[in-house]
Amino acid sequence: MRRASAICIAAAGLALAGTGTVQAIDTTQMPTPELQARYQGLTHELRCVQCQDEALADSPAGVAADLRREVREMLLAGKSDDDVRNFMLARYGDFVLFRPRFVLKNAWLWAAPEVLLVIGALVAWRVVRKRARLVSADAEPLPDDGPG
Amino acid sequence: MINRFLIPMLAFILLAVVLAIGIKHSPEKGIIASPLIGKPAPQFSLPSLQDRTHTVSSAALRGRWYLLNVWGSWCGTCRDEHQMLLDVQRSGRVRLIGLDWRDDDQEALGYLQQLGDPYESVAADRDGRTAIDWGVYAAPESFLVNPQGIVVYKCMGELTPDIWQKQILPRLAQAAGS
Repeated sequence: MRRASAICIAAAGLALAGTGTVQAIDTTQMPTPELQARYQGLTHELRCVQCQDEALADSPAGVAADLRREVREMLLAGKSDDDVRNFMLARYGDFVLFRPRFVLKNAWLWAAPEVLLVIGALVAWRVVRKRARLVSADAEPLPDDGPG
Repeated sequence: MINRFLIPMLAFILLAVVLAIGIKHSPEKGIIASPLIGKPAPQFSLPSLQDRTHTVSSAALRGRWYLLNVWGSWCGTCRDEHQMLLDVQRSGRVRLIGLDWRDDDQEALGYLQQLGDPYESVAADRDGRTAIDWGVYAAPESFLVNPQGIVVYKCMGELTPDIWQKQILPRLAQAAGS
């Protein structure tokens, strides 16, 4: 009984695969696991220039397929990841990178979270100190503000 | 008490500056500024659509202005743009070179036969490699290249009479005057 149902499930799985409903956009296989990992990394961090909110790896657009081919060929030719990034940057500009470069022009973008964190910490510290001073200076219970 | 207003004011000014930069850098949403402007046009040498024994090459195009128009018979906006291209060709102000992108020869030839052929020559970019070198991501796109082979302007999307009047003609006239 159990064996029969297992066969059933397997058959259903095969049928599903056969209809092509489960189909990845990019089925590229690189010759080595190391190249495959780098290929996957790059195609996920580069933006499809046409659809713009998708990574190169996930886009069905024709131009995305062409750009994946460039990535594959450059990696097979022994180019580094930075070579690939620079190739894309020279043609499509900063927009192709989901992870922006650290350059002077967008340094504020990278610095802003840290700066805001420091400002927030300073404000919190000041507020806490002020409250602490109020409490210690005023041993008596706080006066009732009354309604309004 | 001045502090009370100073800090929110500074924060407001900072936010306004950031937003102003954002607005200035994105005149239209989704348009990628071409890093090619002011740089030498990418080199290419491709078979001519009309005559496979001929090549259309960037080297042979040097010496005079040209407008490289990226199109494809599959592209709907290119169809809308086509009348404008015919007008540009008739004006005789600039050579019009086509880059037929990711297309089929027969489809492309039929398209030109049906709508008219405004191009001095058409380079057939079948595998899309030349388009990548030009940073093309959606047809139509048009690049204005000067006689020294420098890209001076890129029109993203449909070339309209307004863009022709305000962006392309002044650049051609300025060059002719100097």
